[in-house]
Amino acid sequence: MGRYLGLLSRQLRTSALLAAQYRWDFVVDGVVSLFFMATAIVPLFVVYGDASRPGIPGWSFGEALVVTGWFILLQGVLDGAVNPGLQAVIDHIRKGTLDFVLLKPADAQFLVSTARFQLWRVTSVVVALVVFVIAFSRVGRAPAVLDVAASLVLLVSATLLLYSLWILIVSAAFFVVKVDNLTYLFSSIFDAARWPSSVFPNVLRFVFTFVVPLALMTTFPAEAMLGRLESSALVGSLLGTLVFAAIARWTWLKAIGHYTSAGG
Amino acid sequence: MIGRSLRALPALVRVGFVESLAYRTEMIIWVFSTTMPLVMMTLWTAVARSVPVVGGGGKSWGTTAFVSYFLSVFIVRQLISGWAGWEMYYEVRQGTLAMRLLRPIHPLLSYGVGNLAALPLRAAVTLPVIVVLFATNARDHLSHDWHVWLLFPFALVGGWVITFFANVAIGALSLFMESSVKLMDVWLAAFFVFSGYLFPLDLFPDWLTAAAKWLPFRYQIGLPVELMTGVHTWESALPLLAKQWAWAAALIVASLAIWNRGLARFQAFGG
Repeated sequence: MGRYLGLLSRQLRTSALLAAQYRWDFVVDGVVSLFFMATAIVPLFVVYGDASRPGIPGWSFGEALVVTGWFILLQGVLDGAVNPGLQAVIDHIRKGTLDFVLLKPADAQFLVSTARFQLWRVTSVVVALVVFVIAFSRVGRAPAVLDVAASLVLLVSATLLLYSLWILIVSAAFFVVKVDNLTYLFSSIFDAARWPSSVFPNVLRFVFTFVVPLALMTTFPAEAMLGRLESSALVGSLLGTLVFAAIARWTWLKAIGHYTSAGG
Repeated sequence: MIGRSLRALPALVRVGFVESLAYRTEMIIWVFSTTMPLVMMTLWTAVARSVPVVGGGGKSWGTTAFVSYFLSVFIVRQLISGWAGWEMYYEVRQGTLAMRLLRPIHPLLSYGVGNLAALPLRAAVTLPVIVVLFATNARDHLSHDWHVWLLFPFALVGGWVITFFANVAIGALSLFMESSVKLMDVWLAAFFVFSGYLFPLDLFPDWLTAAAKWLPFRYQIGLPVELMTGVHTWESALPLLAKQWAWAAALIVASLAIWNRGLARFQAFGG
């Protein structure tokens, strides 16, 4: 365990050094991050428009803004910690250089997961906090302490879910090699998470809750924060996350057994 | 050079088409990643279920209006897509652009044909959506003016030209800088907001609608879709078409300039 923590801090330092090396990139990254967060909020303003528009049934503007806050936060996790690593593994698989990772005396899943971070995306935490403050001032009350605690628990489970989805997608890359656009697919499906899941018809809501559990990542934490998530849903989503993570790990081990290196 | 390129054209098209068949899994993944209009369709129909949404121009959007709008968006998105920017980025970074330069065909032509050759397969994907669009009552919200339908192919081609040459311009920037792929992300993020991909543009606040009129993105998706859904008459569409082709021409000139200047710097791998 201590060894892995040491490895993690090494990997983080490498990412920081890499970011500092390409200074021009670092600046561009910052601007891009801010731009992305702005575009994450625009659609909500269009849906609610002026006061005459009915908006999303069952969600006031402030409440929907809480969901957007969670979306920005998790998009930060996705772009900052998940997607860069995903791209790295896909490159490894295509070029056959994954061998070098597999040969190292540490768990391969751990090594590829921590290989690359976009440290700039930490800013999305700050932006999400600002969005939460604005949202709750619109709602007209502060969130209860216990509700915030519940939503933090859900943040951990949402991160784990996102990571498990990532592992599943990487595993797919072992079977279909020309998959440059997998990260793109991931991001664009994740885009649906910016809306409260209740707007989707039953079939889609089922998919977003149980198959690609986007609802568990943004809508559930938002509802917990607003104090209207039932405790059975909280427990259920935690158990579901654990099952999902176990499936992802199992699939990864299967997929890595399938890997034949270059020319295989 | 041009005569030789033209003679090679049929072979290039064939190769491109066969490639699109070979990488069909990749294409299916791509199609899945463009299902956003369908998600937005369910969202907006939920929003408009009790009261229609009224746009800036006074147009009232009911549920079927949204259905026909977003199905049209899905179709147009399949047909105007291009990815030359990513191809160029990878080839510049890995030095394999040198291979393409060695061929006695203009590289931009081979990118263009490669992108176009995937269109038959993408058109096939849109077929079921077209059937739904015309077989259900979403049909009522399509244009009834055949003059407008005559203009539609030009708008579609214009949309493709803008997409492709914007790709070339940003892809060619990777000859100058490492982070051109991030510029592509910025372009895409702006494209999603301003093209009409996520919502009809008249639902924007007025000042953003005005901005969208001057940006290129609306002419990629918004204009062809507006023609399909009968927003414009023949007369009101012509100036918009002119603006679209002005953007197309500007992007062609700009991307060729960037490409030519960038190529002079290109030294392949280890240069």
